[in-house]
Amino acid sequence: MTKTQLRRIPAYVFLSVAVLLSVFPLYFMAVSATNTSNEVVASKLLPGGHLLENFRTLVDSQPLGSAFYHSSVNAIATTVLALILCSIAGYAFEIYHSRAKDAVMAILLLAIMIPFAATMIPLFRLFAQMGLVNSTFAVIVPLIATPFLILLFRQASRTFPHEIIEAARLDGLGEVSIFARIYLPTMKPTLAAAGVITFLFSWNNFLWPKVILVDNAYQTLPMLLSNMRAGYVTDYGSLMLAVLIVSVPTMVVFLLLQRSFAEGVTGAIK
Amino acid sequence: MSAPTAPTEDRAPSAPPPGTKESSGRSKRVPLSAIARRRSLTGWTFLIPAAALIVLVNFWPMIQALFLSLQTGRGTRLTWAEPLWLNYQRLFEDETFRLTMSTTFIYLIIQVPIMLCLAMVLANLLNAPWLRFKGFWRTAIFLPCAVGLVSYALVFRQIFATDGLANDLLIRFGLLDANVNWLGQTGTARMVIILGLLWRWTGYNMIFFLAALQNIDRSTLEAARVDGANGFKTFWYVTMPQLKPIILLCAILSTNGTLQMFDESYNLTNGGPGNTTMTVSHYLYNVSFRNSPNFGYAAAISYAILIIVAILAAIQLKVGDKRD
Repeated sequence: MTKTQLRRIPAYVFLSVAVLLSVFPLYFMAVSATNTSNEVVASKLLPGGHLLENFRTLVDSQPLGSAFYHSSVNAIATTVLALILCSIAGYAFEIYHSRAKDAVMAILLLAIMIPFAATMIPLFRLFAQMGLVNSTFAVIVPLIATPFLILLFRQASRTFPHEIIEAARLDGLGEVSIFARIYLPTMKPTLAAAGVITFLFSWNNFLWPKVILVDNAYQTLPMLLSNMRAGYVTDYGSLMLAVLIVSVPTMVVFLLLQRSFAEGVTGAIK
Repeated sequence: MSAPTAPTEDRAPSAPPPGTKESSGRSKRVPLSAIARRRSLTGWTFLIPAAALIVLVNFWPMIQALFLSLQTGRGTRLTWAEPLWLNYQRLFEDETFRLTMSTTFIYLIIQVPIMLCLAMVLANLLNAPWLRFKGFWRTAIFLPCAVGLVSYALVFRQIFATDGLANDLLIRFGLLDANVNWLGQTGTARMVIILGLLWRWTGYNMIFFLAALQNIDRSTLEAARVDGANGFKTFWYVTMPQLKPIILLCAILSTNGTLQMFDESYNLTNGGPGNTTMTVSHYLYNVSFRNSPNFGYAAAISYAILIIVAILAAIQLKVGDKRD
């Protein structure tokens, strides 16, 4: 081994420790989902054969299907609406750029600094007055337009060649068609990044759904997990299985789109 | 009439939309042509749905909360407070508010610097040209961010239970003699929350740093090397200044996030023992939605959080500027 190679060993060791610490709790979660409650408490670190049994206990004791349905509807609706609204807004801020629009963007960016805590109570009162407590509408509306996503799309638009837009206009294409048929297809990495961010956030969101979904019939998966934690009888095997089930969709989304995600973030930071 | 040039970075200063970054003075107002005006209108139509929604769910409630914080009463029956600042006065006498606020600051002061340093080290290692299996390392370190806050809080709760994995492993390796009740004592329970935050968020910040590192102009690093700077000096004097904006962004976002932390406090420790791990947002939730809700006082607490977030962001921006 050469001297430079030797000097790289500490870096690999450091990275290995970091990876071990990152993955280990997830490994423990996955393994525990296949073990009995007693085995989880005994810190068994090998996979067992009780996955189906845990699943049956979980489904019998918790409204898992309903929570999965509500979480999916909320997350998918939020992601689709957020991508439509924020991509077109970010596009407009850059392509139809003007001083007034810059000023509007600067004001909107201030919203990033407003803590959710400061808006939660008036929002709850607003939706309560409108009779929208327990509605999907109330859960998703506060999440679909964020200054961060608009900024992401605006930054990505910076590198979009404007000659193409001019050429499309000369060809007689309308402004909406230019956006939808020419601009959007080139924005796949940004759409993926924005989609991953929004989906993960919505799927995992806990405080706002907990506040606005008063009736447990509408509870989402994180709320179900939290209620299991607060329950008196806890079967740790099925609890860890529930955690695993909640985590799998977000991990799959992330792993499938991570390359685009990294590209999107890089594009936005430029 | 010339067709309006598209607003690129290097657009001609004479092009129709009058407000351009280059012409900072307001003196030259060229009248908009009909086409330009229609396009500007199209632009507004495109951005107004999102902009209006942001105003509706952020700015409007923020102003509502201010009015609410000047009212008292239980549930929906609210009247103006006498004196108006009564709720704010109450904040200063509220022991639980003081406790939860200082706990939140402990999390902030310990966790954020450690996390940002770790993320910076990891990002630099992942950016090293000689490193193999980059994708593997990056994916594995970022993976915790794909797990929900409630989910990981429950896993950590399980690991750090008195009969949990942490105790078993530490005893097996001879680092502990007897089980420690991690979540039952103030110091260790706070430590578990900080460990959880580090686990969940370090990879997230690393991705931002890594993206910024990859955007750094290689020639500046080459120049430093030619001038005889060693690895550390190159990093400190050439790389760091270029990373400053992203470090600032991450610091502000992390500060903001920590001050609003709720899920971990609620699910990992449930605020215990004796409210000593409770964050101020968790306390806000309890005042708002537990027992008999006091929306007026809760709004005052939320304004305290808002003001602290604003002050800290201002300080960070100022410090960030000075290091130029």
